[in-house]
Amino acid sequence: MTRIPILQMGDCLLVTIQVDLQDRAAVSLQDDLANKIESSGARSVLIDISALEIVDSFIGRMLAGISGVARVLDAATVVVGMQPAVAITLVELGLSLNGVRTALNVERGMRLLRLAAEERVHDPDA
Amino acid sequence: MTPTPDAVELRVETDIVVCRQAVRRLTQTLHFSLVDQTRMITAASELARNTLVYGGGGEMRWAVVQRETRAGLRLDFEDHGAGIPDVALALTDGWTSGGGMGLGLSGSKRLVHDFAIHSVVGEGTCVTITRWA
Repeated sequence: MTRIPILQMGDCLLVTIQVDLQDRAAVSLQDDLANKIESSGARSVLIDISALEIVDSFIGRMLAGISGVARVLDAATVVVGMQPAVAITLVELGLSLNGVRTALNVERGMRLLRLAAEERVHDPDA
Repeated sequence: MTPTPDAVELRVETDIVVCRQAVRRLTQTLHFSLVDQTRMITAASELARNTLVYGGGGEMRWAVVQRETRAGLRLDFEDHGAGIPDVALALTDGWTSGGGMGLGLSGSKRLVHDFAIHSVVGEGTCVTITRWA
């Protein structure tokens, strides 16, 4: 099984999914990211899925799971680069990706994460 | 049963990926639009996982079908597992007998033109989907 690499840039973790995702690899990524957030103290996670040709309910559940776990560990997650055909199919399938923040591309995703970080600075209770 | 060349075995998790790749090739050969390719591959992915997880494994068979001037792709997902006692209930959004989200059957039905399910308790399940190009 190919493990998905996690890169660190400052307090942001970057994941680019380049392969047709096997179920077990998706589960491992969820575990690996949780551990990496804890060990690195990262405040944000950016997941680039622009190379993914499909997102089925399993992968969708994994993305929602990562966002949820990261939030509990005090990190914000954004999923970027979803292909239009994937977005259409996902909605028809019935997956709304509730609780998952998305952005059109990496640049907008990074901006979203920066804004989330600034909000945290201004609001100590957040 | 030995699978024919028009079939993909669904025995282990990596077979789901093999199944998706086979369906992608088939839909491309039939000149499906990108969205239609994605719909068919996603539906196949859901049903292949069902066959594996709930049916204890089985196979996917495919056939290129013709209706008047339109070509289509028909896929059968067959297992010899426990069967589904209540098909109508299993087709309800959000209903699951396992740990899933309950979108496998109901969701994949929305992604294709024709959807049929035949299940006998104790004998197994066969789900047939067709999408026209």
